[in-house]
Amino acid sequence: MNLIQETTEQTVNELINNDYQYGFVTSIDSDTLPPGLNEDVIHKISAKKNEPTWVLEWRLKAYRRWLKMSDPEWAHIKYPDIDFQGISYYSSPGKAGEGPKSLDEVDPQLLDAYNKLGIPLEEQKVLSGIAVDAVFDSVSVATTFRDSLEKAGVIFCSLSEAIQKHSDLVKQYMGSVVPYSDNFYACLNAAVFTDGTFVYIPKGVHCPMELSTYFRINEANTGQFERTLIIAEEGSYVSYLEGCTAPKRDKNQLHAAVVELVAMDDAHIKYSTVQNWYPGDEQGQGGIYNFVTKRGACRGNRSHISWTQVETGSAITWKYPSCILAGDESIGEFYSVAVTRGKQQADTGTKMLHIGANTKSTIVSKGISVGHGQNTYRGLVRMTKRAKNARNHTQCDSLLLGDQCGAHTFPYIEVMNPSAIVEHEATTSKISDEQLFYCQQRGLSEEDAVSMIVNGFCKEVFKELPMEFAVEAQKLLSITLEGAVG
Amino acid sequence: MLTIKNLSVTVSGKEILNGLNLEVNKGETHAIMGPNGSGKSTLAYTLAGHKECVVSNGNILLNHESLLDLDTEHRAHKGLFLAMQYPVELPGVNNMTFMRESLNSIRRSKGEKEYDSLELINLIRQTAKQLKLDEKLLKRNVNEGFSGGEKKRNEILQMALLEPKLAILDETDSGLDIDALRIIANGVNMLRTPERAIILITHYQRLLDYIQPDYVHVLIDGKIVRSGDKQLALELEDKGYNWIVDGAAA
Ligand SMILES: Nc1ncnc2c1ncn2[C@@H]1O[C@H](COP(=O)(O)OP(=O)(O)O)[C@@H](O)[C@H]1O
Ligand SMILES: [Mg+2]
Repeated sequence: MNLIQETTEQTVNELINNDYQYGFVTSIDSDTLPPGLNEDVIHKISAKKNEPTWVLEWRLKAYRRWLKMSDPEWAHIKYPDIDFQGISYYSSPGKAGEGPKSLDEVDPQLLDAYNKLGIPLEEQKVLSGIAVDAVFDSVSVATTFRDSLEKAGVIFCSLSEAIQKHSDLVKQYMGSVVPYSDNFYACLNAAVFTDGTFVYIPKGVHCPMELSTYFRINEANTGQFERTLIIAEEGSYVSYLEGCTAPKRDKNQLHAAVVELVAMDDAHIKYSTVQNWYPGDEQGQGGIYNFVTKRGACRGNRSHISWTQVETGSAITWKYPSCILAGDESIGEFYSVAVTRGKQQADTGTKMLHIGANTKSTIVSKGISVGHGQNTYRGLVRMTKRAKNARNHTQCDSLLLGDQCGAHTFPYIEVMNPSAIVEHEATTSKISDEQLFYCQQRGLSEEDAVSMIVNGFCKEVFKELPMEFAVEAQKLLSITLEGAVG
Repeated sequence: MLTIKNLSVTVSGKEILNGLNLEVNKGETHAIMGPNGSGKSTLAYTLAGHKECVVSNGNILLNHESLLDLDTEHRAHKGLFLAMQYPVELPGVNNMTFMRESLNSIRRSKGEKEYDSLELINLIRQTAKQLKLDEKLLKRNVNEGFSGGEKKRNEILQMALLEPKLAILDETDSGLDIDALRIIANGVNMLRTPERAIILITHYQRLLDYIQPDYVHVLIDGKIVRSGDKQLALELEDKGYNWIVDGAAA
């Protein structure tokens, strides 16, 4: 029908012209290493951070391995070669060696940047009761609520601090889920990671609050190489929220983070992400490259790891949060909403590796493509020989807005145990003009109608997010789809 | 209230309505009857502003104001409601949420205060009860998996909530059993007030046993060929449309 094309083309044009709301740049004195990567740079990073020798050695080992690896060529994403020597590998707000002790010491411009993002730290502390560990560029500058967490025995701090204060724990677990040699970008991260978050939940402790980190890339030309390590001991529970936006930039910025989760017997880790990095202009120039390795190890029996992500940003997203279900009866979950518009490309999905008996995994992936957006779901479900009675259910839905976008689904299924059950369902749909007409007849604007239908499409995923994050995610989605009406 | 003057409409380049005239005053209920494919739904869609219905000639006035330059949603804001012949499903969209969004956007457009959730839930529940609509349907997604009768009742529920000035019901009666028909007719009769006008599109006289129209019009080949009172509907039932076609030709 003509109406469909007319409205969706309009939608597409408006969406493409919708300026990135969070595209601003903050000017702060920063202590930045000149671009380039060699062993000397790694020595400098390690020295700036006062690291013990084992960390430096681990970095160098990774670096030497990385030199022998090559940039992977991914099936469904295209991007120009990255000049790794053109990237600066360390940047810290403020002067070298003297981190702020409280919020008062934080550069007011930096706080202002958070305000523009709608994350007033002070208010957030009071209103939501969330402990916020804000990573601005590569160094953590503000950590709140630490005291009350300490009472519960929870460790929630920057990875650099953990390396200083909890060296044994870090040494035991870092690289144990994602080895330094895992893949090209994980290996690079191991060599040059500057900071990130460390969480440790002791045995039997139900973490008293949602833990949250806002990442923000600020320095031009600075690759971001965070590492996050979360350890949940026997019978513990933690919910961790990660969210981010980035300022407008001309040059593509690389982000290659590593996240490792470890869940022991009966432990439960819920990891939620709202990702809204700069996607680039209409031509796709200047957007963030988001190549992340996220993996959770369900080591203990009956352990449980769930990944929930809402991805609306980045020029290119390459990301497969995975679960290694080693413990018997362990559970892995992946709930994802990925929106691509303009020239954005997303290749995302998950890997569920069933090793233990009676392990269970659930995958719900919702892809929304707008304009020229390309959305790929790539998922692997592997039932190993030992995985007796393992089960997986995969639901993979795509929604297309416009007729120049694409949705691609690549489910890989490997079953080595005959008692395992794998189910896969996939759908592709469009918003029809009859649906829009119906909504408009009832008084809704086209924009509100699209947003309502898209939110309905994503409901199964949003309900997995913690309340305040779900609200934020819905808002983000509406902003992303804004301009649907002429 | 509604004046349709010499209206011609094309759909995909094909002329469906040609030179249609109709005058509806407030407080009146008009029935429009006609064989399949005569253009009844096209008329309803045109009134509601469906972009596929291209007005090639004539005008539509609602309270002396032309509707032709208004989008569908702005016509809805002016108090025009269309109960669809085939209500669409909105997967994932909660029925209650949909009604809240709808009601509030119409209230906003009139500068009225939006309902808070509690007021709204009570209002919707109460109205649903009057229409004997199972409350469970409020929790489900809009029309998703609803039976034909449930979809139609859901339309009437929305109509009752939105309190339109002009309500157009496109074959709301078709496919309903007699009990459902009574409930719907009951709902429509509740809405008959001196301030409101109703257009019932149907091709059975059956509905008119329960909703007594003030006027009956016969639409054939994109034109109103005969108008009368409810006697006309009975005559039609008796003699069929050919009687009129032949009469018109003679
Ligand atoms: N999308 C369309 N494209 C072309 N012709 C259409 C379309 N929709 C309806 N028509 C035609 O318009 C005429 C009137 O249809 P309609 O208004 O639905 O009639 P009624 O509601 O009286 O049964 C029919 O001949 C039908 O085939
Ligand atoms: Mg019809």
